[in-house]
Amino acid sequence: MTTGLPPSLAANPRLSTWLAPHPDGTFDLRVGKVELGQGIVTALTQIATQELGLRAGAVRPVAANTEISPDEGVTAGSLSVTFSGAAVRRASAEVRLLFLRAAAARSGVSPDEITFSDGTFAAPGGRPYGYGDLVDNVDLDIEAGDEALAVAFLPIGEATSMSRVDLPDKIFGRPRFIHDLTFDEMLHARIVRPPGMGAHLLGAPVDEVAGLPGVEHIVRDHDFLAVLATREGLADRAAARLAAGATWTDTEPLPDSSRLPDWIRSQETESSPIRKDGAVHGTGSTTMSRTYSKPFVAHGSIAPSCGIARFAGGRLEVWSHSQGIFPLRAATARALGLEVEDVIVQHVEGAGCYGHNSADDAAFDAALIATHVPGRHVRVQWSRADELRWEPFGPAMIGDVTATVGDNGRVSDWTYDASGNGHTARPGYAPAHGLLSDAHRAGVDRVPPAIDPPPARGYGSARNAEPTYDFARMDITTHRLLAMPIRSSALRSLGAHLNVFALESFMDEIAEATGQDPLAFRLAHLTDPRARDVLTTVAEAAGWGSPTAEGVGRGISYSRYKNRGSYCAVIAEVEAEEAVHVTRLTIAVDVGRVVNDDGVRNQIEGGAIQSTSWSLLEQVAFDRSRITSTDWEAYPILRFSDAPRVDVHIVSRPDEPPLGAGEATQGPVPGAIANAIHDAIGVRVRNLPFTPANVVAAIDEA
Amino acid sequence: MPETTQLNVNGRTREVEVPPETSVLEVLRNDLGLTSPKFGCGLGLCGACTVLLDGRPTYACDTPIEYVGTAEIETLEGLGTEDAPHPLQTAFLDLQAGQCGYCVSGILMNAAAFLRANPRPTRDEVAAALDRNLCRCGTQQRFIDAVLLAAERSG
Repeated sequence: MTTGLPPSLAANPRLSTWLAPHPDGTFDLRVGKVELGQGIVTALTQIATQELGLRAGAVRPVAANTEISPDEGVTAGSLSVTFSGAAVRRASAEVRLLFLRAAAARSGVSPDEITFSDGTFAAPGGRPYGYGDLVDNVDLDIEAGDEALAVAFLPIGEATSMSRVDLPDKIFGRPRFIHDLTFDEMLHARIVRPPGMGAHLLGAPVDEVAGLPGVEHIVRDHDFLAVLATREGLADRAAARLAAGATWTDTEPLPDSSRLPDWIRSQETESSPIRKDGAVHGTGSTTMSRTYSKPFVAHGSIAPSCGIARFAGGRLEVWSHSQGIFPLRAATARALGLEVEDVIVQHVEGAGCYGHNSADDAAFDAALIATHVPGRHVRVQWSRADELRWEPFGPAMIGDVTATVGDNGRVSDWTYDASGNGHTARPGYAPAHGLLSDAHRAGVDRVPPAIDPPPARGYGSARNAEPTYDFARMDITTHRLLAMPIRSSALRSLGAHLNVFALESFMDEIAEATGQDPLAFRLAHLTDPRARDVLTTVAEAAGWGSPTAEGVGRGISYSRYKNRGSYCAVIAEVEAEEAVHVTRLTIAVDVGRVVNDDGVRNQIEGGAIQSTSWSLLEQVAFDRSRITSTDWEAYPILRFSDAPRVDVHIVSRPDEPPLGAGEATQGPVPGAIANAIHDAIGVRVRNLPFTPANVVAAIDEA
Repeated sequence: MPETTQLNVNGRTREVEVPPETSVLEVLRNDLGLTSPKFGCGLGLCGACTVLLDGRPTYACDTPIEYVGTAEIETLEGLGTEDAPHPLQTAFLDLQAGQCGYCVSGILMNAAAFLRANPRPTRDEVAAALDRNLCRCGTQQRFIDAVLLAAERSG
């Protein structure tokens, strides 16, 4: 490891890993982060282009591959611009300086006599050299961190917005997604899943289905059952026939979905103190306690997962839209008893994933099946029903909070307990069976419970559990469930979704109980100027304090993601009649230095609208044996007519490090909506989502 | 059993030999190499597979090929190209309307049919028309803005 380098570059220090120059003066850029629809590859390409001093188009991103790309772990947690961006910027700067050195040698002058402008290096009065002219004079197969280079970054002017590199393909209908990838003689596989976790396969009409048109192979391995056919439609029909004739044992029982908070409280947990100041309650002028909850929420990628694999000569090639091709490679090799170096994973774009969905599972399905038909490419396409039944959901949670307010109207003591399943069961995190079919072929009754990422990774259940407000004493504890009847893992923002909703709802409840304005009450507990700026910016933009129309409510909310990431304040306007309708979200964000202005806006808009969908509509439905919300009617998401207008205001901080934007709005949005509902109809809804049923229940309880 | 079927796709006659119950989506993607329509749900609920049949937005995933007959099928590949883009494609690029982009093909086809019938729509009319499509990334506002921009420029 070289010291002083960005961590991602220190872990992958060879410059040739990141950048490959071509004689025409262009570069290939290889990063370990992957495009998930968030525009990260564009942002990183822009950073390299700027730091190499080139024009847009001169740097071409290469899709990540375990053979050639730097290992940057998982693409998650709004960290890609911060970490990969720092590595790309540093690597690009070193490469530029190495070319400058070569230009000096060719010109017979010392490097400090070379000037660089418009992509060319020149000595005074000498001939200019472009990158392409110097390709043979520069060896990038060296480690970064040569102190003699005296790395200085090029000045970055106003945040520019390079257009998305992937959108033209998508807008002109060219193949781009893994779903569009095809190979000669490729077989189409369909998995026949158990009705639910813990159901074991007793029998299936294998002989009958093997004789159906187009069927080439059937794979049965304990509770794993799959059929391969020459055409997709024929594979679908064969799988339907297998499913209709298969018999299974009963599933493991599921909790009572109408009493999720009670179920969570009844479970054995592992408690983790996050902060212990010794909060004291009952001594001030006001002490209040409330409980907030969220249900299981689906990632609901618009594309059901897909995986392709080919096993030949002892080597396994896998094509996947995974968030982490290196952890997937390791987990696949371990599950199949292969050496890691005999497994290659190539990233190909899928639809937006928003966390740990079924991408890795589908890749492993294809890999497992491919070992049964060596030499053939196997394409696995999940169904919509399997995606909504078997993907790992964002876990249900409850948050119990108590606060004591002093005579001065300030919160002095705060106690918060967050409870639920852990937030990570990614392959590599769980000791075994992190890949669904690996669990099915092992015949286990339940998958291992999800864990929580450590503090250095921003926590899981405890993410944003600790308020960033200036309270004198805080006790914060998480309680992670030790059993996981419903498969759960990382969903965009992890615990911050419930924790910020609880915290920001409760702040409003305290402000109301103590007769204070919600904005003034928050500002009174914030000294960080960046926090105050997003709140005052959003308040001004949304006309906080001005009267609203009849039936319209306005609510405010704030958080700093992970307590150390982006600052975000939201004001929601809602109309609450038969159902809650969010008409407008005004958002102020401070993401530090903005790399790609439009990319930040797109992520903030998208995150806010998605979080509105979670808040108003979304909950995984299940009976006592299986998940029942297996299509878009049973699991509705926000439609165009119901999408709010979103106004994004970026608080510019060109001199601060970039903080990431992808998950900043997920927690503040439900807080702002809940507070706006209360403003509109005087009802405090503490259980997500804000469906008519939950609003009516809140009215009944009040 | 496979049968020979003649199809009218993007102005060309194409012949395929497939079982007659095969979906239009599978034929377009796997037999004709037109991968712009996407598989999203298989039930006609998300709109990712939307193509035009005689100008009408149609879910290709649950439409069997035997029902198509002589109807003209239009896919995104036939709407416009980078050299000769449809006004909607230009507007989508200009506003960078898309995140993951998986739903974009279906939205563009639906919007193209909609604008032919209603070239000067209101915002609410665009939103209502696009309710045939789902977007999970939360790009609804940009998609609506882009359709309105295309209408405005064409007006």
